[in-house]
Amino acid sequence: MIHPIPPGTRDVLPDEMRELRRLHLAMIEVFESRGYGEVATPAIEYDEVMARGDGRTAASAYRFFDERGDLLALRSDMTVPIARLVASRYAGADPPIRLCYLANAFRAVRPQRGQMREFAQAGVELIGAPAPDGTAEVVDVLEATLDAAGLNRAVIGLGDSDLFRQLLSELGVEGEARDSVLGRLAAHDLVGLEAELSELDGIGAEQVDTCVALSQLRGGKEVLEEARALGGAAVERATARIGDTFEALEARGVADRVQIDLGLLRDLGYYSGAILEVYDPAIGHVLGGGGRYDGLLKRFGLDLPAAGFALYLERVHVAQMEEARGGEGP
Amino acid sequence: MSVEVAGLGHTKAEGPLKLAVPRGALLDETLDALDAIGIDTSEVRGESRSLIFETEGITLVTMRPSDVPTYVEAGAADVGITGKDVLLEQADRVVYELLDLGFGRCRMVLAARKGDESLGESQRRLGMMRIATKYPRTAEHHFESTGRQVEVIEVKGSIELAPLIGLADGIVDLVATGRTLEENDLEVREEILECTARFVANRVAHKLRAAEVDELTRKLREGLTR
Repeated sequence: MIHPIPPGTRDVLPDEMRELRRLHLAMIEVFESRGYGEVATPAIEYDEVMARGDGRTAASAYRFFDERGDLLALRSDMTVPIARLVASRYAGADPPIRLCYLANAFRAVRPQRGQMREFAQAGVELIGAPAPDGTAEVVDVLEATLDAAGLNRAVIGLGDSDLFRQLLSELGVEGEARDSVLGRLAAHDLVGLEAELSELDGIGAEQVDTCVALSQLRGGKEVLEEARALGGAAVERATARIGDTFEALEARGVADRVQIDLGLLRDLGYYSGAILEVYDPAIGHVLGGGGRYDGLLKRFGLDLPAAGFALYLERVHVAQMEEARGGEGP
Repeated sequence: MSVEVAGLGHTKAEGPLKLAVPRGALLDETLDALDAIGIDTSEVRGESRSLIFETEGITLVTMRPSDVPTYVEAGAADVGITGKDVLLEQADRVVYELLDLGFGRCRMVLAARKGDESLGESQRRLGMMRIATKYPRTAEHHFESTGRQVEVIEVKGSIELAPLIGLADGIVDLVATGRTLEENDLEVREEILECTARFVANRVAHKLRAAEVDELTRKLREGLTR
């Protein structure tokens, strides 16, 4: 008899499980060797905890009442539960605190899209180490993790989550209009972006071109110069932040695989400053991401800067297999 | 471990970019646009039944316009060309929309039988219209954003049939010249939006093959203004 499972979930059979386990162990070994201790947290949290992390986007898609009537939620990522854990259990500890995890998280899926409702993430959280050195350490660990997974061609995008927020404020675009423009930028809908900006009061053709051009700047260190040439105080600040981070990466000798990308925006609301995305030429989907969330711990009552990354274990596994086959991906 | 990042095109060993080319109404103008930037499309124009055409520096993959976002999102094609109508209907597909190519211009409209009052009548009496369409999400979004309730009926074939034999009060469809509407005694009641062909890119290709994607975008943009 066939008994279905919910769309977006899956069984793992022994052959794949063996490979996933090997990958898992290789990643955790890198984390541990860099001083990141593995933690586990419950898959279900109080909804209030997940919502405190980010009421807008990271809040769980799966919420239910327990026998006492408390509202519970399936975690939608690990960053928020770890912020909760650190604020509760490490409040008196000397920073920085280094933690890592491999855990399943849960998100809503759209039908027939092959999206996963339950997925495994492997990642680290570095709490109490400010930019740029903290960010550079996280990128360093990320590169070592990608190497351990055999993804020698993987590239890490480095952007700044405050760039467009601040640039738009500088141009006098606030509130709903700003959120809408940021949405266009996050989706990289350049046609819509241009149309929407053009309709706003006080935005001239030159400013529209600046925004569009900035969002397309990606490459080596030279793009920072190109960005500065486009002008503005917000651009100056963001490029200075990215430049500092890049220099810290160079100092560690891990800047080679980092692509500076001014158009990078991540849709989780808790990011501030540096943001990261991971790509491999063998597959068309993003392998993972991360960045700084200096304001997140404060929401849990512990004012410490923080940064981290998470990789989707299954996608890394697919990329690993493609790379092992000689990199002739789709 | 040193991988050159500045010229990210070189980090890949996957051969030329794959461009998803829409068959159907957009095909001729798409090929004209490609010709204009020096891509040889003669084989695609020929009698060949092939779906994949290798040309100098780029691989052309032909497919239904509505499949373009699917292939580009998955990275099976790096870049593609398709109509805005398709992109709107599949708005949850993650593809980067880089350029409005300007051709393939047509309108998404609400149409009904000439002189027929059933649209307004249904709205007034039932508070609800029945709308047949191939674009259920675009239609739903339009009526929702204009504060009207509708029952959207998805059909696959000749949409003009629906109001003629009473399946729906009206239709939401794409109109280029309006002749099909005219021939079926239908008229445009509302303009919903104007659609043109768009140049789209896969999210990872946009990052990892930045130089090639930017170069193609630049050429296509210059081709437009000529």
